[in-house]
Formats: sequence, C-alpha cells, structure tokens
Amino acid sequence: MYSEKVMDHFRNPRNVGEIENADGVGEVGNPRCGDIMKMYLKIEDGIIKDVKFKTFGCGSAIASSSMATELIKGKTIEEAMKVTNKKVAEALDGLPPIKMHCSVLAEQAIKAALLDYSKKNNVHIEGLEDFNPDEDPHGH
Amino acid sequence: MEKYVYMDNSATTPVKEEVLKEMLPYFTSKYGNPSSVYSLGNESKNAIEIAREKVAKALNAKPNEIFFTAGGSEADNWAIKGVAYANKGKGNHIITSKIEHHGILHTCKYLEKHGFNVTYLDVDEYGLVDLQQLEEAITDDTILITIMFANNEIGTIQPIKEIGKIAKDKGVLFHTDAVQAVGHVKIDVDDLNIDLLSLSAHKFYGPKGVGALYVRRGVKIDPLISGGGQEGNRRAGTENVPGIVGMGKAIELAYEDLEEKNARLIKLRDSLIQKIFDNIDYVRLNGHPTKRLPGNVNVCFEFIEGESLLLSLDMEGIAASSGSACTSGTLEPSHVLLAIGLPHEIAHGSLRLSLGDFNTEEEVDYVVEKLVEIVARLRAMSPLYEDVKEVK
Repeated sequence: MYSEKVMDHFRNPRNVGEIENADGVGEVGNPRCGDIMKMYLKIEDGIIKDVKFKTFGCGSAIASSSMATELIKGKTIEEAMKVTNKKVAEALDGLPPIKMHCSVLAEQAIKAALLDYSKKNNVHIEGLEDFNPDEDPHGH
Repeated sequence: MEKYVYMDNSATTPVKEEVLKEMLPYFTSKYGNPSSVYSLGNESKNAIEIAREKVAKALNAKPNEIFFTAGGSEADNWAIKGVAYANKGKGNHIITSKIEHHGILHTCKYLEKHGFNVTYLDVDEYGLVDLQQLEEAITDDTILITIMFANNEIGTIQPIKEIGKIAKDKGVLFHTDAVQAVGHVKIDVDDLNIDLLSLSAHKFYGPKGVGALYVRRGVKIDPLISGGGQEGNRRAGTENVPGIVGMGKAIELAYEDLEEKNARLIKLRDSLIQKIFDNIDYVRLNGHPTKRLPGNVNVCFEFIEGESLLLSLDMEGIAASSGSACTSGTLEPSHVLLAIGLPHEIAHGSLRLSLGDFNTEEEVDYVVEKLVEIVARLRAMSPLYEDVKEVK
C-alpha cells in the first residue's frame, strides 16, 4: 500500500518532538477525522533553523509530517512557502489517492506555523494573506 | 520475519491440515461434475451430500435445508433479496440493525432503492439490540428480520433466541448472519427459532470462497443465481466440490471439542484483555464483557490512530485489524464503533485482536509487550497526549 519511503519515514520519523519557546507553532487537522499535526519552528534571520512536529494520525500522516520537516529545515521562509502538498507526496514517492489529504495537512501545518510566526513578530510573509489554517483538507 | 503472530482470526483462518487432506482428491483424481450420471460424477455428488449432512448436524438442521453458496456475502445477499422478492406480496418492510456486516447493510440499501422499507435498529453501548425496540418496529408489512448472530468487530453476541421468538410470534421470518458464530458458538436453529442462517467456511479453518445458507423448510425464497438445477433448483452453478468437502470437514472438527476449545480461548481472551488493561492506560474495551465471541478482543487506545498501530504491529510480526477510518477505505471510522456511541476520535484508535485455535499464552505476552512499546511511541508523537499530560 505504501512506498518504501513512506514506511521509512513512518518507522523512523525525523524531527519528532517540540521546541520550547518556538518562534512559530501551527496546529491543523481535527481529531474527528483522525489526524492532527502540530509543527514548531525556530526561525533566525528568515531561516528555519529548527523544526519539530507531533502528529496524531495514520502512517501516511506521520510520514508526511516527517517529510515536510525535512523539506523545510535549514530553508528560508520563502523556500518553505513553496513546499506544497504535491512536493511532500512526491518526496515520499507518492501516496495512495485516499491518503493525499495527509500531504495537504502537512503543507497546512507548515503554513500555520509560519502564520503564527508572522503574527507574533509582525512580519509579512508573501502568500499567507488568504491562508486559513482551519480549512478542512478532507472537504467535508 | 522470524516471529509471526496471527491475531486476525475473525478476518480469516488457515485451512487445517486435516481439512486440506480431505479436499485434495477432489481437485485431481475425483474431479467429476456432480451432475454427471457416471460414477466419477456420483463420487462428487456423494461427497457433497456427506458435507451437507455434516453442516446440517452442526446446526441441528435437516440436510435438505442446507444450500451451498460461494461464501457468506452470497448467503446474506440471497437470504435478504430472496425472501424480499418471494414475499413482497405480503409486505415490503425489513428490520435489521445498525451494526450489521456490509453484506447485510448494502443489500438492504439496495432493496431500499427497489421499493422496500428498512428499519435499522440502534444498539446499546455494548452493541446489543433492544428487544422492545425490535417488537415496536414490526408492522403488518414486515416480512423479514435480519440480525447478526455475533458482531465481526466487537464480538457481541445478540440475544438470538429472544429475537427469534419475537419473529416467530409475529409470523415474521428471521435471518441471522452467523458468519462469525458458526464453528465458535453452539447453534441449534430449532431451539433458537432461526429461519435462515448464513455461514462461511474460512472463518472456521475451512477454505475461502465457500459458504452456505440454511433455509428452514417451507420458507419462501427466490433464487439469487439462476441457471442449472443444482442445490434443489435453488442455487445454480456447478458445485465447488473441494470447497464443500472442506467446509464439511471443518465444521465437523469445529464442533468436535467446542467446549474445551472455547474454555481455553476464553481464558486466553480474558488474559489478553487483563494484561492490556494492567499495562496501558487510557484504554477501553469495546463490546460486551461476557456476551462476546470466545476469541474476540476489541479495545480503543486513546490519543493514537489505528492504522499507525497496525503498521507498527506488523513491523513486529503481529497481524491484527482496526476500525479506524484509514483502514476502512473511507474517511469515517467503523459504523459499528460509532453505533455503540464512541466519539470519532476514540473510534479511530481501535484495535481488534481475534484469537484462534493456534494462538498461545506466550503469544499473548509477546503482543502485550509490543503493544506497550508501540502505544508509548505513538503517544509520545501525539499532540493529543501532550494535552493530557499537562492536565495530569
């Protein structure tokens, strides 16, 4: 069902945990739907110095969170903003169609954490103007 | 993988050696078509009739009330559609429950599109139907009550005899999907007032793709599969002779020493439940504590999700199942867990471990040991658990 990459990130998820006094924290998803992702960012000079996550969810939700943290660690905010759900899924060598919402959730978790950072620090992040962290990726 | 612990016996069971041994000649040397007049055909025909007697004996039915099918789903479809269409002159109302197998529920949904009305009874927190609600649901138009014998997910055993009695008193036919019960629970169709009963061989160490429908003599039922005159003109198609032979042997074996086997299984089941509760917190048992299948354990671990639990167990060589959304192929958790009143977020964390004849206490200990590690690992990753720890 899952690619070897997904299983690798599920077995050994990268960057699990929390960051104390994080510069940005984002939580997306809904326990009703069976998945919640929480992402913590440490940002210095516009660069994501550290990132951690916690996820309640299925194998692909955990793998998507893990991959998303890998894709943004050490990157600039602008680069992190370009990490779409498609990129997360591609980096995992694909997800089953019914699991695509997990990668959407990962993209939203990154954006939610960046939105929190931008609000706390009063910085404008291009592309977050219309972002709604409460939007339901399951479409129901 | 060196160690493999199979605890998904409600999904399917292995074919027992003795069963396979009886089946094998009917693939190769005794391959005759049972409808043929020559002796090779007769040999197959006789083998089917011996199997029919064995199935009938297990249920306290008569051989001519047993009809072989290609499995449990076919038996369910046939019972419901067959009775509905044959009795539609009498009425168009069917009563079932909200926790039936999809073989029943989807068949009822289909009939709703074809002029039948269906009442779906609620169940209580243990998964039991309410007999009073059942009685009140019966109208002059009711032609069939179909309530499962034992639930496939939570293992709850329904008050079948009482349901049958109500149906009998009201002159309504009673069908029970006994796919999870046959071979595991003592069944007497007369004593339990059952008119139709579905069973499936692979749930009791027989082969896949073969089942049967018990139809009490005198019950009006249309065929589901039309064609040749097999099975007394009621179920067309050349018989699955090896499968039927296997089912006969398997059901015979299942009831040979049922009480001893069940005493052992119940002890193993209760030990597994106890050890889970002793070693893991925030866990709940689903289904009835005693009115449940001897091998069924169904628990919910809060703050984690079932599919990640199953994948983690698989990595340790343990096969189990879950009612989480991610394992159902939809985004909704199991209809059974929702019907017993579990909130969605808890239903997502369900785990079913179904024990069988080959499981041991040693395996129970291994599974509990691994569960402790896995649940701790997944909870450490879960933002929901973090909130609980803060409250503590």
